[in-house]
Amino acid sequence: MTNARRLQIAIPWLVGVGLFAVWELACRVFEIPPFVLPRPSAVFATMYDYRGPLLEHSLHTLFTTIIGFVLAVAGGTAIGLAVGASSFVYVGLYPVLIAFNSIPKVALVPVIVIWFGIGTIPAVITACSIAFFPIAVNIATGLATIEPEMRDVLRSLGANRWEILTKVGLPRSTPYLFASLKIAITLSFIGSVISETVASNIGIGYLMLSASSRFEVPLVFAGLIIVGAMGIGMYAVCVVFERRMTRWAFRSQDLIS
Amino acid sequence: MPTGNFVSIRNVSLIYGEGEDSILAVQDLSLEIEKGEFVAVVGPSGCGKSSLMKLVTGLVRATRGEIYVGDQRVLDPIRGVGMAFQNPTLMPWRTTLANIMLPFEIVQPHKRLIGRDRARYVAQAEQLLATVGLRQFGGKFPWELSGGMQQRANLCRAVIHQPELLMLDEPFGALDAFTREELWSVMQRVWIEKRFTGVLVTHDLREAAFLADRVFVISPRPGRVIYETRIDIPRPRTLQTTFEPRFVDIVHALRERISQELTV
Ligand SMILES: Nc1ncnc2c1ncn2[C@@H]1O[C@H](COP(=O)(O)OP(=O)(O)OP(=O)(O)O)[C@@H](O)[C@H]1O
Ligand SMILES: [Mg+2]
Repeated sequence: MTNARRLQIAIPWLVGVGLFAVWELACRVFEIPPFVLPRPSAVFATMYDYRGPLLEHSLHTLFTTIIGFVLAVAGGTAIGLAVGASSFVYVGLYPVLIAFNSIPKVALVPVIVIWFGIGTIPAVITACSIAFFPIAVNIATGLATIEPEMRDVLRSLGANRWEILTKVGLPRSTPYLFASLKIAITLSFIGSVISETVASNIGIGYLMLSASSRFEVPLVFAGLIIVGAMGIGMYAVCVVFERRMTRWAFRSQDLIS
Repeated sequence: MPTGNFVSIRNVSLIYGEGEDSILAVQDLSLEIEKGEFVAVVGPSGCGKSSLMKLVTGLVRATRGEIYVGDQRVLDPIRGVGMAFQNPTLMPWRTTLANIMLPFEIVQPHKRLIGRDRARYVAQAEQLLATVGLRQFGGKFPWELSGGMQQRANLCRAVIHQPELLMLDEPFGALDAFTREELWSVMQRVWIEKRFTGVLVTHDLREAAFLADRVFVISPRPGRVIYETRIDIPRPRTLQTTFEPRFVDIVHALRERISQELTV
């Protein structure tokens, strides 16, 4: 491993540690009261004290988020394929999709609660509804940008629409899909945590809300940090998948490194 | 009514677009190609050569006139045609071998047989790669090949399923002179072996004279056939042939003819 490579791996950690150090220092120097902004040392101490409930609630949130995310991938892919493959569906569906995406999902949660009650289901639905849009758009873009010559080669061989979709459309849009997954997974966390905050009695969002109502601000921050950490973790998983599945799209980078 | 010819283009016009913006790309163009004949189409840029290719394969519909391939009128994309364009359009997610086997997955009867007989088809593809000098490269991805190698693979993909009709739209245009001339010989060898009907669009008059039985010259847009000449040089033609006086004469005659037509 070269020094440059080692540095590249180390930098994110250094930046993270540095950020906490600045935060800690600022709290001490400016004597910020802990119920406004607790010191990271206090936050981590609280994290340790509450490790049981934190683990339980964050695992629940992770679980909810992943289910919502998987549903978003399935639904977003299906809608993206339909929109990208047929101009009729595109014209008909696109305005609706944009309208739906413009609705703040937090406004939807009460409605979902009326339909399904509070708890896990609204969180899953919110995560899914917020994450499917970038997936659908990216897949549709992948399909729309197929080289016309490639399509012509297939059509003149006698390929039908289905064959063109499976032999060119799908592989062509996988890099777009994986790029969108990285956005979608972080959006899923936003969706599930929002929903848990508004309408749940379990999950990290619920934990943070109840902590803040008891003015246990360090616990709120512990929850925030955990959500962020889970986001990074899932993002990394998506990156690994992306590298595996779409190596051909990264060829130039492979050549350099 | 089909004539005896394999490809028959009769008084075909093609208009792109509608109203104000419409472009008359091809006007009243007629052309007959015999079965097993290799013809070249030359003409100035934008005269409608690529459009002609798309008309013949049914990728675009003629605005007026009729086109027959075999004894079928062309109204929709016809099946099983081999096509190669100036950029190789290989699929970057497939290896070279998988790329050139693509027609087997689409064209009958191969589509039906390839599941059972994969090994035989792979052997066939590897043999074809070897004839164009890509023996070791089947497992490589297209981006690991040079431009000339990609174009060889592209030609392989166009001919592997032994199409009755091969359409080449400037496939050698982006290559350096050495590679281009080498690929002429490769192309000729494949044609002599398989005797498909071939249509080659090119800007290069030497290329046209080297490969074709007949050369058609198309006018500036809207495209019409303004000149046609038969190349009576026996095959196989070699690079040596291109320096012989009669070859040079043919190329000169073509060039003269084109500049005459363009200045009138
Ligand atoms: N899809 C299209 N829509 C509208 N106009 C088109 C389309 N394709 C081609 N044209 C027009 O038709 C004319 C002929 O185009 P074509 O591509 O057939 O020319 P060409 O002879 O192949 O040119 P070149 O030698 O540069 O490849 C051009 O003027 C072009 O602007
Ligand atoms: Mg062209």
